Amino acid sequence: MTAFAREWQRTWAVARKDLLIERRAKAAFNAMAFFAGLVLLTFGFALGPDVPVGEAREGTLLQQLAPGLIWVTILFAGVLALDRSFQVELERGGLDALRLYPGDRKAIYLGKFIANVTIMLIMEMLVCPLAGILYSLDLWGRLPGLAGVAILTTTGFAAMGTFYAALTANLRARQVLLPLLMFPVLIPVILAAVKATGLVLHGDPMGELGSWLKLLGAVDVLFLTTCLLVFEYVLEE
Amino acid sequence: MWALRGIDFTVAAGEAVALLGPNGSGKSTLLRILVTAARPTLGDVRVCGVPSSDGDRVRRHVGLLSDRPPLYNELTAIENLKFAAAMYGLQASEEELRGALADVGLARAATARVGTFSQGMAQRLSVARAALQSADLVLLDEPYNALDAEGLRLVDQLLARVRAAGKTAILATHHIAKGLAQCGRVIALRGGRIAFDGPTAQFAASPLAEEAGAWA
Repeated sequence: MTAFAREWQRTWAVARKDLLIERRAKAAFNAMAFFAGLVLLTFGFALGPDVPVGEAREGTLLQQLAPGLIWVTILFAGVLALDRSFQVELERGGLDALRLYPGDRKAIYLGKFIANVTIMLIMEMLVCPLAGILYSLDLWGRLPGLAGVAILTTTGFAAMGTFYAALTANLRARQVLLPLLMFPVLIPVILAAVKATGLVLHGDPMGELGSWLKLLGAVDVLFLTTCLLVFEYVLEE
Repeated sequence: MWALRGIDFTVAAGEAVALLGPNGSGKSTLLRILVTAARPTLGDVRVCGVPSSDGDRVRRHVGLLSDRPPLYNELTAIENLKFAAAMYGLQASEEELRGALADVGLARAATARVGTFSQGMAQRLSVARAALQSADLVLLDEPYNALDAEGLRLVDQLLARVRAAGKTAILATHHIAKGLAQCGRVIALRGGRIAFDGPTAQFAASPLAEEAGAWA
């Protein structure tokens, strides 16, 4: 077996193991789905379904704010999945065991990253239609654009989030520290995601969407590369 | 604060060493350093000729069986073994893994989730997991904890297999009788320093042997 094949086997083993555990325990998914549904509903009630946004723009206030509301909901719910991804290792001394397997530790990071991206994308597939129904958004015709934004945003979020989840895994206050450390670094991803989603949902007369997607792509590459390079040191005691 | 001080010893290939000492004497810390889970503040550690700073190469030579089996409750016994095999870079077939489970008396529990296992069963699975990797140096950290008579026999069997294969074993245990029976050499720690290092027979005749009764 080549070194690449061996590392890929290890990466896939970590991803498969995490997804299998989540499928059976549903610990992160249930919490995420409940949280996301509750936040979307709360915003829907608070802002009202028929409040006009003003004469300059078409649609309701909810529809105009929807890109921001959807991403705030998804990203905060995503923190629960990130926290869970290393919590599962702590339950029976698994983090030590992960540290002690021979081979490149990048495989552990990539495996966790793949699992987190998968879990979050599944959650987004539930959150977006729910937001579409609650906020009267026409998502169906804009599906390819939305899917592109979702994949790029989730990649950047999970790349940095997996790294910070590992960094805070052994801390007592990790549930407080994880979002505190992670969200400031994620500002470019959040801004680009909200802008790009707004352009997909409300139209793009100035042709700005491409620039925001390029920014998301560039940040994804930067985050993934940086986290891969330094992950080895995060797992050191 | 220091956990270990003035530790200096060499273990020859194929040797089985019992690492004894009271609670807090530094046995587990020493094993954690050997397995690269912790770094010494000062000093030079070489495992199978590889400096401990080269963690990845050291980990290729070392296997660890501890009293806290690193298993996943939501996975079945066979899935736990599959995961460990993949992480060791092994290409073990389902049959081989089932055979490994049968060796530790868990053939009928292969598809049961580990969360439903007793501590003894989990420790047996941990023995099967450790046996997957043919490490040059096997470290055993309190492997006899929570085991029934059959489990104790399995750990002894694992140790015998390691010795028969000419591999090296270091056994940290409070189970003094087991340590003396299984190993030809004893290193006893007290307060983070080596209090005794010599053949088992010499340890048994030393005044420390009497004190060791209280370490169990």
